[in-house]
Amino acid sequence: MTKNLASLFCGALFGLGLTISQMSNPDKVLAFLDVTGNWDPSLMFVMAGALITLATAQHFILKRQQPICDTKFYLPKTNLPIDKRLILGAIIFGIGWGLVGFCPGAVLAALSDSKFEPFLFTLALGAGMMLFSCFDNKK
Amino acid sequence: MENFTPYSAFFGGSLIGLSAALLLYFNGRIAGISGIISGAFNVKDNDRYWRLFFLGGLILSAALFNHFFQTVSVNYSRSTILLIISGVLVGYGTRLGNGCTSGHAVCGLARFSKRSAAATVTFMVAAMLTVYVTRHLLGILQ
Repeated sequence: MTKNLASLFCGALFGLGLTISQMSNPDKVLAFLDVTGNWDPSLMFVMAGALITLATAQHFILKRQQPICDTKFYLPKTNLPIDKRLILGAIIFGIGWGLVGFCPGAVLAALSDSKFEPFLFTLALGAGMMLFSCFDNKK
Repeated sequence: MENFTPYSAFFGGSLIGLSAALLLYFNGRIAGISGIISGAFNVKDNDRYWRLFFLGGLILSAALFNHFFQTVSVNYSRSTILLIISGVLVGYGTRLGNGCTSGHAVCGLARFSKRSAAATVTFMVAAMLTVYVTRHLLGILQ
């Protein structure tokens, strides 16, 4: 139960961060991606804030043997190679991201506005994920 | 650059970083949203409930913040077909590439992961090119 409550709290912080930084606004994100237009570098400051905070905190957290509510840290292996799947996946995601300006976290925060577009995008996002699990034979 | 908001961006980003740090501290998990979404709906995984709570918290806090503090209304208007195509690409691509903006560009980069650095550069460039082509070459999707 503590685990779920901690998750709820972390999710709430994440949603607050996305909303305060306006990353849930797709036009704001597109303005960052539009480097040759009326460029808005705000997203870089979002990343800087997140990276400085996380990298510093993580330095101390990972000195522990295990997290508070679990027996181990679930970290992706760092020695895996950069492969075709990673790059192709990133290209496909990047194109989708550039078309509308929603990434998975941002669209969830935007859902709270109760507008039709974020709901439709979320459904399509789920469909894309299901499509992947149906056709991916590597797992 | 008249819409540039460095302070709220940096502060909001710090909250995102703090959220990822606390999730690691308490549950030992990475705050990658695309992974959390797909894992939350994987019924074979008995350890999926923390993910549902995380997503619930994210949506709830954004809703509360918007309810009390949002002053400008956000323009979401996009064509239906564009939203569907874009959503499917984002869903498929983040599963194939094992992460999105939060998983690769925040959590991965904070761990100095080479794979995440490669993914981040790739999706940033792909997204910037997409905007360049649609806005400036084709003159659509303003």
